[in-house]
Amino acid sequence: MPTLWFMIVAVMVAAYVLLDGFDIGVGAVHLFIAKNDAERRMVLRAIGPVWDGNEVWLLAAGGTLYFAFPKLYASSFSGFYLPLTIVLWLLILRGVGIEFRAHVENRVWQDFFDVIFSISSILLAVFFGAALGNVVRGVPLDATGYFFEPLWTNFKLGSKTGILDWYTVLTGVVALVTLTAHGSYYVALKTDEDLGRRARGFALLCWPVQFFLTCSSLVATYFIRPEIMTNYGRHKVGILVPVVVAASLAVMLWANPKGKEKLAFVASSLYIAAMLVGAAFALYPVVLPARNHQYDLTIYNTAAGSHGLSVGLVWWTFSAVLVVAYFVFVYRMFRGKVQLGEGHY
Amino acid sequence: MDSALLIHRLHFAFTVTYHYLFPQLTMGLAPLIVILKTLALKTKDERYDRAARFWAKIFGINFIIGVVTGIPMEFQFGTNWSQFSRYAGGVIGQTLAMEGLFAFFLESTFLGLFLYGEKRLTKTQHWFTALMVFVGSWLSGYFIVATDAWMQHPVGYQRVADGSLQLSSFWQLVLNPWAFWQYAHNMVGAVITGAFAMSAVGAFYLLSGKHLEQGRIFVRAGVIAALIASVLQLFPTGDAQGRLVAFNQPVTLAAMEALWETQPGAPLVILGQPDVPAQKIDNPIIIPKALSFLTWRRWNAEVKGLNEVPKQDWPDSIPLLYYSYHVMVGLGTIFIAVAAIAAILLWRNQLYSARWMLWVLLLLFPLPYIANTAGWMTAELGRQPWLVYGLLRTVDGYSKLVSAGNAWFSFLGFLGMYTVLSILFLFLVRREIEHGPDPDPGPSVQKPSVVAVGPMEVR
Repeated sequence: MPTLWFMIVAVMVAAYVLLDGFDIGVGAVHLFIAKNDAERRMVLRAIGPVWDGNEVWLLAAGGTLYFAFPKLYASSFSGFYLPLTIVLWLLILRGVGIEFRAHVENRVWQDFFDVIFSISSILLAVFFGAALGNVVRGVPLDATGYFFEPLWTNFKLGSKTGILDWYTVLTGVVALVTLTAHGSYYVALKTDEDLGRRARGFALLCWPVQFFLTCSSLVATYFIRPEIMTNYGRHKVGILVPVVVAASLAVMLWANPKGKEKLAFVASSLYIAAMLVGAAFALYPVVLPARNHQYDLTIYNTAAGSHGLSVGLVWWTFSAVLVVAYFVFVYRMFRGKVQLGEGHY
Repeated sequence: MDSALLIHRLHFAFTVTYHYLFPQLTMGLAPLIVILKTLALKTKDERYDRAARFWAKIFGINFIIGVVTGIPMEFQFGTNWSQFSRYAGGVIGQTLAMEGLFAFFLESTFLGLFLYGEKRLTKTQHWFTALMVFVGSWLSGYFIVATDAWMQHPVGYQRVADGSLQLSSFWQLVLNPWAFWQYAHNMVGAVITGAFAMSAVGAFYLLSGKHLEQGRIFVRAGVIAALIASVLQLFPTGDAQGRLVAFNQPVTLAAMEALWETQPGAPLVILGQPDVPAQKIDNPIIIPKALSFLTWRRWNAEVKGLNEVPKQDWPDSIPLLYYSYHVMVGLGTIFIAVAAIAAILLWRNQLYSARWMLWVLLLLFPLPYIANTAGWMTAELGRQPWLVYGLLRTVDGYSKLVSAGNAWFSFLGFLGMYTVLSILFLFLVRREIEHGPDPDPGPSVQKPSVVAVGPMEVR
């Protein structure tokens, strides 16, 4: 049962990163590809009707994590106190940046919110990436099952790590580049003319960086935690992960210049999903590694009681069907290229 | 008092109090918008559609701030109250997760369609999206109230070997009787905020001689809804909630009333300042025996006083609890009186020209916010010193490794961030009210050239 919930939470986190990931990526490239007010409004219109629903995945994934693994939630959220606090502020700024810009027709007002939207999105990507890096690298959990990390110490790995060290900064940058490309593919998909062209160009620029960073982060991860290979050796199905990562990178490189925007976006989504699933697969059954492995948090020592988990499966399945229906409906309703005119932004 | 504990408490108190200023308006406006949309659909009267569109804008601004200030609430269960989450997460994780999966997705999906899809949807479909926004926001309210109700009155749990609590009965948790009355009382309170906000904007328009037609709709809808809601707030919901407290949390009731000694025929204190060390009330104005009657329906029933239990089990801020409770009840009484007088004037067709009453309606709008906040303070301060009533003390619930210095860091950050949000919010809402509802296009729109080009040419 805990294994099933581990998979459910992993899928929900992946859904959040895929969906809100393109909102964040769009924010990251907003200032670079949208050159005038009309283009910036196009960019906002592209995510306008969906960003809030996408962000709900964070709450839903967080709520499900809390429900299924309350002890993991308690340890990790209190240990990552400072970065999570900053993430909360950035989420506030990002939401306000998107929504409040259109309320006043004034150049200064609009520029202000464009910059807020962009900077908060960039920093969100870096922090989310660094968070994942922390989970893979491990944290100084003690016998009580808690830890606390400052934001940084000396940026080195070792016994006194902070949230940011060279490795987690690297994963933060990987996340930034990945989501930037992801957002660019989304803008390319939703707009045309100059804006769409610039988005495709920006994604093309991201590709070699993304390729290089993917390789170097995987190598770095192997040296920091060689034990991540254990599960890959044990279960042959794991080979799918690197295959999908490589294939989706290749498809992105091929589809983008050919103007197959949907294919490029799908490939980027697959890449993100494969990277996250790969990390989850490598960690399992550990969910938060400790420096001293006897204090590792695993799905077994953090899961909620089995009665609660069984009951949850009933309502979770029911709600998941509803959620998929909503998303299919909304994305169909707002499908196609965006146009200025009716509505906000 | 351990200073880290104090900062964590202030942190949560501030962020949740600020957050709830926004959902109380959106949850209160949602049913009113549904009523306006229903009237528009039934009477085919365009005016109601325009009224709904105006309130949708106010709703939208409030909703965004509600969303961005709501996410920190879920996070704080882990960041600031990790010991509590470790202890009780196996139970309340159910309701918290269900809120995300059932309510937030529903709400955000249909709000997007409601705000941006009016031109793409038929009238009935658009009405339906408004209805779903209402259902989503009220569902969300239920799950979060059920979570709080469990902390007030824990049910459906069992203690396991590691000392934590785990779910033993899903239905007991979800159908907690405390949740039912607390939810009813809370939601009616939200409607009071929404209704008086609507009538205040209407009164403002009538007093300033602008948007008269819409102003009358707002005043009429607001006053009728406010009357119904403020009566329901007293009875049955407030009465039932109070009796639940009396049966299950007698210490809380004693502290709310500053009743020190157990006594038959206990009086109801209307006004007065509690003096905790001296165990008395200064300048009391009381109704003899009324507390006994309200609680037990007998004038001479015995009501337990604070001195029945050791001081360590007393709520730790009796004066603040006492004032919260009395402010809530006092304002609730004022709401009934104002709504009743306004409704009589409305019935006799005098309200729109009774400027003094319009002034009262205009100036009243902050008070429901205060009453709702005071109500929640009564509930949460009344539960002290417990985090989970009778099971886990607040002092055992916070994150032990998050120092006071780190808690101050985020607390100050939220103070600053929310100050900026307040300024933006007031500025934007003022603009919307200044701009007002769309004007009546008149019986025949004779500007074909402009209409044909339409808004697509905006650039």
